[in-house]
Amino acid sequence: MRSTSFLWNVCKSSFTFGLIGLTVSDRVASVVPVRGLSMSPTFNPPNNTSSGLFTDDHVLVEKRCLTDYKFSHGDVVVFCSPRNYKEKQIKRITGMPGDWISVPSSYDAVRIPEGHCWVEGDNPTDSLDSRSFGPIPLGLIRGRATHVLWPPQRVGKIDKKLPRSGLSF
Amino acid sequence: MSLFQLWAFIVKEALDKSFLVAKFFCAVHVTDTYLCSTALVHGPSMLPTFNLTNEIVLLERISTQNGKAGPGDVVVLRSPENPRKFVTKRIIGTEGDNITYIVDPKNSDRTETIIVPKGHVWVQGDNIYNSYDSRNFGPVPYGLLQGKVFWRIWPAGVFGSIGRRPETVDPALKVVEQSNPS
Repeated sequence: MRSTSFLWNVCKSSFTFGLIGLTVSDRVASVVPVRGLSMSPTFNPPNNTSSGLFTDDHVLVEKRCLTDYKFSHGDVVVFCSPRNYKEKQIKRITGMPGDWISVPSSYDAVRIPEGHCWVEGDNPTDSLDSRSFGPIPLGLIRGRATHVLWPPQRVGKIDKKLPRSGLSF
Repeated sequence: MSLFQLWAFIVKEALDKSFLVAKFFCAVHVTDTYLCSTALVHGPSMLPTFNLTNEIVLLERISTQNGKAGPGDVVVLRSPENPRKFVTKRIIGTEGDNITYIVDPKNSDRTETIIVPKGHVWVQGDNIYNSYDSRNFGPVPYGLLQGKVFWRIWPAGVFGSIGRRPETVDPALKVVEQSNPS
């Protein structure tokens, strides 16, 4: 009898802990690993010789911004890929609604529609971003990355780098 | 009991009660986000399936999270033009489908054909004469879908499931016909 009630208590506690953890991770903040080199050197700078779970950068993604969707230039955001909703990507916002972006491949200038944003990786040579799939609706954003938490030597706030070129107002 | 013991007892009771409230809030959040939620539907774009007046519907989140929402389903999605606004429309096609649609049925018969890109869906209101949908804002990325509408809970007269085809008759009128057979 005592072992079953102990097991039941363990189950109840884990369930409660799970519920609370899930709520906090959805509404407050969560920690996510960053895979890939599209945001080098901000995340995963090129001196890593091997990449795996313990050498990937881990960042703190805050979810409080999802109550009013007020983003600005230079925010690093996590969003669902428009090509595959199950994949989450992390890139920097370089254009907000109303901005004009000049696409280097053609000589066009694209105006970012209402409710959308232009996202680009900090490493333009190795990044699949708005230059391929166009502006993304702000509703796809799932959080804003504010701090690097791992590796310990690069712990710190993520800078809001303003976009370099490609914008003409 | 000494004053300190009384104080400690009160604090412990307060913490226990707050923890209970917090647990309840978390349970509500998890159910609302991952299982089933409610939504308010209003506007003319889904006539006659949904009336002009406010209706409350139940939406389930499991289909949209697993990619199972398909053509015929009524879904609630975040508007691509304003992430804080939710709209209710019916999915007409998913990625790869060929959609032929009437661009502006009030003014002309001109149609256009489009292939829905990968990862996107095409949504339209059942009332194409008065609906702002994919014909205006283009195909919608699947990640914007919030849930599939499966049951109407208010007004009480039209309580019931939402089908995969647009209603041809106002559901409120159907109820009147059943109770007054002529």
